[in-house]
Amino acid sequence: MQPINCYLGVSAILFCIGLFGVMTRRNAVGILMSIELMLNAANLNLVAFSAYGPKHGLTGQVFAVFVITIAAAEAAVGLAIVVNLYMNAKHVNVDQVNLMKW
Amino acid sequence: MPFDVTELVIAIVKALVVFVALLSIVPVLIWMERKVIADIQIRIGPNRAGPFGLLQPLADAIKLIFKENIITQGADKVVYFFAPAVSMVPAIITFAVVPFGDTAHILGRKVLLQVADVNIGILYILALSSLGVYGIVLAGWSSNNKYSLLGGVRSSAQMISYELPLGLALVGPVLLSGSLSLREMINAQGRAGVWFIVPQFLAFAVYLISGFAETNRAPFDLPEAEQELTAGYHTEYSSFRFALFYMAEYVNMVTVGAVATTIFLGGWRGPFGNIVILQPVWFLVKLFAILYFFIWVRGTLPRLRYDKLMKLGWKVLLPLALLNLMVTATVKALAPQSAIPIMSVLSLVLVAIGVIALTIISARSTRTPASGLREPSAEGAFYTWES
Amino acid sequence: MTGQGVAFAVLAAITIISALLVVTIKNIVRSALFLALSFVGVAGLYILLNAEFLAAVQVLIYVGAITVLMLFAIMLTQQIMSAKISQTTEWFWLALPMALAMLATLIFFFAMRTYPVNPAPDALAVGTTMPLAEALLKPYLLPFELASFILLAALVGAIVIAREEKPGATD
Repeated sequence: MQPINCYLGVSAILFCIGLFGVMTRRNAVGILMSIELMLNAANLNLVAFSAYGPKHGLTGQVFAVFVITIAAAEAAVGLAIVVNLYMNAKHVNVDQVNLMKW
Repeated sequence: MPFDVTELVIAIVKALVVFVALLSIVPVLIWMERKVIADIQIRIGPNRAGPFGLLQPLADAIKLIFKENIITQGADKVVYFFAPAVSMVPAIITFAVVPFGDTAHILGRKVLLQVADVNIGILYILALSSLGVYGIVLAGWSSNNKYSLLGGVRSSAQMISYELPLGLALVGPVLLSGSLSLREMINAQGRAGVWFIVPQFLAFAVYLISGFAETNRAPFDLPEAEQELTAGYHTEYSSFRFALFYMAEYVNMVTVGAVATTIFLGGWRGPFGNIVILQPVWFLVKLFAILYFFIWVRGTLPRLRYDKLMKLGWKVLLPLALLNLMVTATVKALAPQSAIPIMSVLSLVLVAIGVIALTIISARSTRTPASGLREPSAEGAFYTWES
Repeated sequence: MTGQGVAFAVLAAITIISALLVVTIKNIVRSALFLALSFVGVAGLYILLNAEFLAAVQVLIYVGAITVLMLFAIMLTQQIMSAKISQTTEWFWLALPMALAMLATLIFFFAMRTYPVNPAPDALAVGTTMPLAEALLKPYLLPFELASFILLAALVGAIVIAREEKPGATD
């Protein structure tokens, strides 16, 4: 098997790509996609530690199940907000949503 | 794990056999569909190409392949070329976990009549069937055509909605057999001495109805409604790419039928089931019975309106699937040993109630004036309205 | 290199390259497609980590539901023919060094420590589905129930937020 650091490295790279996406995307859907990438990176970490951990347990996998649940809920609500934003503003660019800013 | 070349060869041969068998069922199925629908509509159906019109699908395929391959202006070319393959591949590889027989002894080796015995077989099937929607959505989007896009968006909503009852319907049999592996589920049906259609009739009904919707078959063929969407997601497709979509629909149908056969109808089990050579035959017989039912439904029921389709999925099928799951889980928790007989009695009661209710409803509806059709009259008009 | 090593390298490459494409290419629909591919890569990594149940759930929920939902939202909210507009904010040159710094920090700390590695036995033969179910329904029962509540709340919330308000509707 690969040493655990390989998985941790992939997870770190994935997380940073997601972070970069969140900071640079204009499109609200694009931001949501980047957040999903970051959650996946976290999941990969959890599952890797679950497989390699000092005590054999499924705690990491259980946590990953919860993260997937939360991600599904987050995607549903987030996309609902995006659709609502589109109905009100006719676009989904987050940098133009500045009605509350002064 | 020691690497064994013979095992590899066996695996490749099995995969090839299943692949070729699956692709050669498709033309048979197309021919069967046209003949059965023709029968229902009192026509003859294809009868020119070959005996009984058997070569008609072949002629159709040759015609399609020699047609011009049109790409619309402004289409996203990569996605446009990619979409038919995306709708085809999940349908084919789902078949990898479907067992079509028990263990055969060939040249002194034990060969499992199944491409791969995955211990999460049902999850694998559900995961792959959820990918089928991509082909349709992408085809609709990349065609650069409003009607295609509408068809694609409609179908994505439809398929996401019907995946829930489809998946929940499969949980009942999983609870009864205590395993996610399809092979183990067939063995459980053998041990119980009864096919799971008996204790899980409600789940079977919900699964089949959701299966119609998942494969975009009538009465749920809204993504390709000719009258409203000028055919929907594949309007702009022609030639071989259209043929791929057409084939994908039938491969999907075979896959849904095969899963229903395996989980609810005992798979390869049947009389003289311990003769290995008969097992694939039993499997095919049951599979074609379900496929005949698919075609029968298409020839009989009119297409549903879109809002009614959504209502049926969310307000009828999903609660029914949940109810079935709840009852099965309760029975299994209270009486783990005799869960299957109890569920069988319950579903027989359910079927009896359903038959009685349907009889009463149909007896009432014959009195309404909507059924004012007379017998064929002497003037030659087939049906005339009562004045 | 062992078979597992090759599989790991291929899957990691698929995951990372498609993730990079997700955040960089302009066409948002294609970006969603690469997101799906990236999720499939992660599912493959789960299989290498003996978590075949999670791999199936990953494909079922992330690829089959969440990404399709995103495609659905994109098609509802975009003038799809105008995919050529710039998709990035002016923060690009600030975000790049920040992300790289984060990556360097993470890699540094991962490389600095050696974790007590104790690879699990070949669970593919045993199957982790049943122990996982036991874990979810025995020690983690309360979080499990709470998760179902969160899902219910999200379901209701999504409907309330996304519902189009009729002009003449009261309340």
